[in-house]
Amino acid sequence: MLLLERRPVDSTLMRWASPVLALTLTVITGFGLFLAMGKDPVEGLTFFFITPISDLIGLAELGLKMAPLLLCAAGLTVCYRARLWNIGAEGHFLMGALGASVVAVQLVDASGFWVLPVVLLAGIVAGALWAAIAAGLKTHLHCNEILTTIMLNYIALNLLLYAVHGPLKDPYGFGFPQSVMFGEAALLPDLIPGTRLHLGLAFGLLAAVSVWALFARSFIGFQLNVVGQDSRAAAFAGFSARRLTWFAFLVGGATAGLAGASEVTGPIGQLVPQVSPGYGYTAIIVVFLGRMHALGIIAASALLALTFIGGEMLQIAMNMPKATTGLFQGLLLFYLLTCDAFIHYRIRLNRPARQFIPKAAIAAAPEV
Amino acid sequence: MTAGLRLKLENIVKEYPGCRANDGIDLTVEAGEIHALLGENGAGKSTLMKVIYGVVQPDEGRVVWNGRPVTVDSPARARELGIGMVFQHFSLFETLTVAENIALGLPADEARDRRKLDQRIREVSERYGMVLDPRRYVSTLSVGERQRVEIIRCLIQETTLLILDEPTSVLTPQEVAHLFTTLRKLAKEGCSILFISHKLEEVRSLCHNATVLRQGRVSGDCRPAEVSASDIARLMVGDDTPISTRVPAAKAGDLLLQVRNLCWKSSDPFGTSLKDVNLDLHQGEIVGIAGVAGNGQDELLKALSGEIPRTRGDMNLGGFSISGLAPDRRRRLGIAVVPEERLGRGAVPRMSLAENALLTASGQGLVERGLVRFSRVREFSREVIRRFDVRCNDEHSTAASLSGGNLQKYIIGREALQNPRLLVASHPTWGVDVGSAVAIHEALVRLRDEGASILLISEDLEELFQLCSRIGALCDGRLSTLAPATELTIEQLGQWMAGQFEHAEASHVAA
Repeated sequence: MLLLERRPVDSTLMRWASPVLALTLTVITGFGLFLAMGKDPVEGLTFFFITPISDLIGLAELGLKMAPLLLCAAGLTVCYRARLWNIGAEGHFLMGALGASVVAVQLVDASGFWVLPVVLLAGIVAGALWAAIAAGLKTHLHCNEILTTIMLNYIALNLLLYAVHGPLKDPYGFGFPQSVMFGEAALLPDLIPGTRLHLGLAFGLLAAVSVWALFARSFIGFQLNVVGQDSRAAAFAGFSARRLTWFAFLVGGATAGLAGASEVTGPIGQLVPQVSPGYGYTAIIVVFLGRMHALGIIAASALLALTFIGGEMLQIAMNMPKATTGLFQGLLLFYLLTCDAFIHYRIRLNRPARQFIPKAAIAAAPEV
Repeated sequence: MTAGLRLKLENIVKEYPGCRANDGIDLTVEAGEIHALLGENGAGKSTLMKVIYGVVQPDEGRVVWNGRPVTVDSPARARELGIGMVFQHFSLFETLTVAENIALGLPADEARDRRKLDQRIREVSERYGMVLDPRRYVSTLSVGERQRVEIIRCLIQETTLLILDEPTSVLTPQEVAHLFTTLRKLAKEGCSILFISHKLEEVRSLCHNATVLRQGRVSGDCRPAEVSASDIARLMVGDDTPISTRVPAAKAGDLLLQVRNLCWKSSDPFGTSLKDVNLDLHQGEIVGIAGVAGNGQDELLKALSGEIPRTRGDMNLGGFSISGLAPDRRRRLGIAVVPEERLGRGAVPRMSLAENALLTASGQGLVERGLVRFSRVREFSREVIRRFDVRCNDEHSTAASLSGGNLQKYIIGREALQNPRLLVASHPTWGVDVGSAVAIHEALVRLRDEGASILLISEDLEELFQLCSRIGALCDGRLSTLAPATELTIEQLGQWMAGQFEHAEASHVAA
């Protein structure tokens, strides 16, 4: 019989092997799924994982999708290190997009270098304010942040839909629910000419590096770690859980808000209802896959960005449903959580069942 | 077969990942014998008890019960055989009555007839001098009475071997004496008792025989009444550790800490509220607070450290009010704290020793403009390790990897090296090996001689009388007067621990 046994010391090897193992298992399962659907699995996996990044345009698209994931994941890392399970990056992202759009629409005809920073700042502030609601509910009313952030995500989505159907709707947009195209001064510059890759990726990388510095160098990063690992030690040391909760949520909201702002000022150029294919949720997978570590989340965001464009590629090339992206992301998270169990536990073969002496046998046993 | 040989363990081996808890242990207990099992924390006492009581299975070895080899594969089986155990932490439901709690452990047919059960409980409790009303709710019982419930629960099932795990740690001296009378009576009637303890004087007065464990092996057997306590201590700790400290008298200086009418209402229905605590502490003295566990010791420590934010009454440190200040602010004013729980409060288990230094010592120039100066953190940590003889790989070892005694030395060292004006230490040597305990006592005395005040909260009366110039006791959140240790008798302190002090007297503070 197999036994799951607690390891005396957590396995460092498994900590980093687990994501690789999870990816491998995802690919194997994907292989089986393609077979089951009667598609060529090798072709399918190639379209999903390799074709999208086989040229510069593809790589630029990858970077384009990485940018919002990285920004959201960086903020979530700050929360998760402190064991604040903020699921609200999607909501922060949408509010960031909405906030930036509100300002950008007012500044369509404005010009000057100040326009873009103002628009981006509006996104940051909107995201942070949205996160502040959940932070306040947690610190003052002890509401569980998982529930409040999820609910706030839906409210944010509906606010955004209201805006594009109402106040921000382009009056000359043939009735489509979208805003006017932003002015040139409100758009992010491209990083590589001829591609859609824009400055957002630089923001993302900068956020990842900042998170690294926060936890490797700063005292507040240390305090966040202590609160996450041992809240009683934090109380003993006098680290204010309330102050740290606010800090983590505001950082999480600001980065996701910037991600939303970068998305509307970058590749899209206007506010549309489908501004996010679920970046805020996918970023949760990125954080766990990346081991809450800066380098890890950069690699993980690249991989999950690939699932978005791989999924699109499968839709085009093999007529696969759009759900493929979600399926692969779900598989990956599922396997990751399973493999993570082996950081703390190991499998042991049980010894042969121990001898059981029934009561009757004891009564009959010869005296010693 | 030996007549009256009740339990015989042969070569018991139990291995846990990374530690051989029992390494070939032999033990015999005869009928009617009170047998002590001695050893420091981590010597393997608890594991051996769990083997006997069927909680864990030995990897090797044989258990012989009344002359027949048996497999005790569950506590239920142990109870069937006649083995009863009273754990250190009671397993009673506070919201049920005494009789209901006892009925839970009985076979269904015996538990059903409540009137008969009440009758049996009364009979057993009166026979052994443990008066107990079966209809009372456990939540209304004192700790000593709860222990009686546990013992009666065993006796009612015709137990012939009673295992008691550190039974006296929760009792006042008077209650201990009472318990011993009961146990002697039980033994006289033929019940065997396995008495686990590390309090040597108790073992010497009560037990017929003793088996001493060290590092999972039997390090010796003795008749405790016939050898000295230090001989037994020697068997417990080995040859190379000092076993006591000499404490020169203190010269108390100016008033440092003044606590007036400190009150705090616990929101936990089973917690302890602090009621009108008054306390004066002078520079260069150690003041001891005795008390049975759970009578407000932790609450008092938290009120002083600032972990409990909203208290009523006044707290003054050197004429400066500290009421309402957060723990880190108080630390900057010179208050250092050593909490009862080392892992999970005094230190973060999975963080390194260096990081754990940063936990409370950030004010020692280890943080500049919000950035951690890691080289200084490591230096500070190495200094603690060196000066307090902490046995570990280096400052990168995790807190969880250290033994209790070594981690405690590290925590005390971390606080002491910050040159506190006041150190509040709770149970600093609880569960610590004798060698570390001596080192910790020496560190406290050194700190005192450097002019710091120390408030020592402990259940170990020997420790308090050894170190403190004045001693008081907490009972149900009230503090007795503080009497000079030289004038205080252990009987008087025992009465205080049981709450027998006039409240008017308590609010008057001995200068």
